[in-house]
Amino acid sequence: MSQASSPAPRPTVALFVTCLVDLFRPSVGFATAQLLEQAGYSVDVPEAQTCCGQPAYNSGDRAHAKQIAKQVIATFREYAHVVVPSGSCAGTITAHYPDLLRDEPDWAQAARDLADRTWELTRFLVEVAQVDLPTVDHKTTTTYHDSCSGLRELGIRSQPRQLLGRVNGLQLREMADTDVCCGFGGTFCVKYPDISERLVSNKVDNIAATGADMVVAGDLGCLFNIAGRLHRLEKPVRAYHVAEILAGTARSEPAIGEGDRS
Amino acid sequence: MESRAHLFKPAAREALHNPDLQQALTRVQAGFVGKRRTLVNKFPDFEGLRDRGQAMKDHTLAHLDYYLEQFEAKVHEAGGHVHWAETAEDAQRIVADICRQADARMVTKGKTMAGEEVGINEALDAAGLETVETDLGEYIIQLAKEPPSHIIAPAIHKTRQQICDLFDEHHHQGTFKEKLREVPDLVNEARGILRGKFLNADVGITGANCLVAETGSMFLVTNEGNGDLTHSLPRVHVAIAGIEKLVPTLDDASTLIRLLARSATGQEMTAYTTMVTGPRRGDDTDGPEEFHIVLLDHGRTNMMSGRFREMLRCIRCGACMNHCPVYASIGGHAYGWVYPGPMGSVLTPIFVGLDKTKDLPNACTLNGRCQSVCPVRIPLPDLLRDLREAQFDQHLTPGTTRHGLAVWAWFARRPRVYNALSRLGIGLLGRLGRRRGRFRRLPLAGAWTAGRDFPAPQRTTFQAAWRQHLSRRQTHE
Ligand code: SF4
Repeated sequence: MSQASSPAPRPTVALFVTCLVDLFRPSVGFATAQLLEQAGYSVDVPEAQTCCGQPAYNSGDRAHAKQIAKQVIATFREYAHVVVPSGSCAGTITAHYPDLLRDEPDWAQAARDLADRTWELTRFLVEVAQVDLPTVDHKTTTTYHDSCSGLRELGIRSQPRQLLGRVNGLQLREMADTDVCCGFGGTFCVKYPDISERLVSNKVDNIAATGADMVVAGDLGCLFNIAGRLHRLEKPVRAYHVAEILAGTARSEPAIGEGDRS
Repeated sequence: MESRAHLFKPAAREALHNPDLQQALTRVQAGFVGKRRTLVNKFPDFEGLRDRGQAMKDHTLAHLDYYLEQFEAKVHEAGGHVHWAETAEDAQRIVADICRQADARMVTKGKTMAGEEVGINEALDAAGLETVETDLGEYIIQLAKEPPSHIIAPAIHKTRQQICDLFDEHHHQGTFKEKLREVPDLVNEARGILRGKFLNADVGITGANCLVAETGSMFLVTNEGNGDLTHSLPRVHVAIAGIEKLVPTLDDASTLIRLLARSATGQEMTAYTTMVTGPRRGDDTDGPEEFHIVLLDHGRTNMMSGRFREMLRCIRCGACMNHCPVYASIGGHAYGWVYPGPMGSVLTPIFVGLDKTKDLPNACTLNGRCQSVCPVRIPLPDLLRDLREAQFDQHLTPGTTRHGLAVWAWFARRPRVYNALSRLGIGLLGRLGRRRGRFRRLPLAGAWTAGRDFPAPQRTTFQAAWRQHLSRRQTHE
């Protein structure tokens, strides 16, 4: 369903939706697919994907992490681009798979090859797709949370801000300490809940101090953590994934942790 | 120093609820982080300097035996003594023997993390010596009978009121009673007391920020000048340094010192940067009669093979802990041993044992801010993950975690089963949470919901919804 106005046909993109989006917020997957289609790509969602294996990898369970990494590599072997609506999962694939599989040269090579084809969504839109997406109106003030893996493993900082800058009526207000972790950290948040709570409380204070109506980020892990804390403290800031804002679907979809108004 | 790292969880919990500590900790991030950033931005090519520092340290470590021999020969030439300490006990014995031979009664001490590592204070106590810490921070925690909580700011966990109270108790027998005094006033008082100790000390013990192989010199970097009075006034100067402190040339030392001051305190240079080569020479007007350097191994050669060699590049600047949100929340004592924060979470398990430090490699979100500021580019998160792997391989990871991972991985590797089951589970959870959009409590998620609501999932999984979407699209086309 590429648009009449779009240029020469573009290759098919595989969407690696991530386990969190798959389970908890499909609207992020749909928003991502919509953005990619608007950019002229057709989108495939291979059924054989589940998770990137990060929980095993970061828990020191190398054997399981390797098995899952190989499955991901095999699943996405044929695609010119693999797009991921998460800096964390994209970072696992691009920054860690090659090292994880370093002892098996063929797999390590295949991992490097996949790493070269794998993109976090906002970076893909800015650096690869390079098209003007349809205009979106969303009158709101928002602050942006940089997820740690995206920021430091993939250098994602300007891309989402650049894209948000094109949303009509959206005003971006930066928070203090935007480069400091929100305290999610995968299993960290349940292994060390009180330290995690302190970190997310600091984050939520910084978000609230901007006076913004919304907090937007590119990683559902951070967003669940932040939204969960915002709700617990009954702070009226709404949390959305950046894809939902860019696709214009946020206006009709309840924010993360918000009840269904329909 | 005995490790209390096995008590990490309760210590961290206590720290989180200690208002004095929390007040003191806000200073770490506020002060060091901003000052460092300003200076790093001002330096023409700080990234290039980091590259040089890393390459220089890697080169030195690859040829450490050569440079150690060169250093030893040069120290001898300058009239100094070199002692090799393989273990903490060796180091304690060597230092105590030097003091005994010098007929020492009083010892002044500058800050030395290597000295903390081997418990040098305990050894001096046992030898019946009066030991006085001369670094202001170390002096404060000596009065408080506490270990340091930061490698360059050992008393950072103390509030000004607490310091006033300590000085009142030890210097004025409680006559001030909770009066909050100004910082210069406190510093002057400590200076007055320490001055007398400097003049009466028989032996001065310091650390060393780096050792220069080509000249047999050591560098000492301080902001108080106490290090200089500690090494130059007493008859005997003993320096303790890990073998990884070596650099080949004076040029290399200058690279290291430029990195160190900017990364540590956000200064171009510290107030005092001193180079010491051997004892007093014939025509020198001051300096000690004897110069000893104790070169400490204490497990370092074991780190030479394999991944953890990268940790030996560490120049003990403290930038990693200054930028660590976990350190900023709980302070240094919760880590339970000499080295706190990210670098400590790597070093303590190596020095103290993986089984006695189970929490340290795990109490980290792997956010990578430490690595992004480490002047010698140590991949701290990767090293922590490697330690987790070692724990997993040695069956130190809790059984529940191992089981959970195995079950989860079994499903993750069977997409059909995974998708079918997750659709069922999510459908149920989604229905339960639809109206409110979140859960305040959820079975098995107590750790999450203690401080956070749990956002409810949407109607079904993406995989299921996407397949529906595709078939709908097909019928429309
Ligand atoms: S690990 Fe790096 S940042 Fe941390 S103290 Fe060592 S040199 Fe400094």
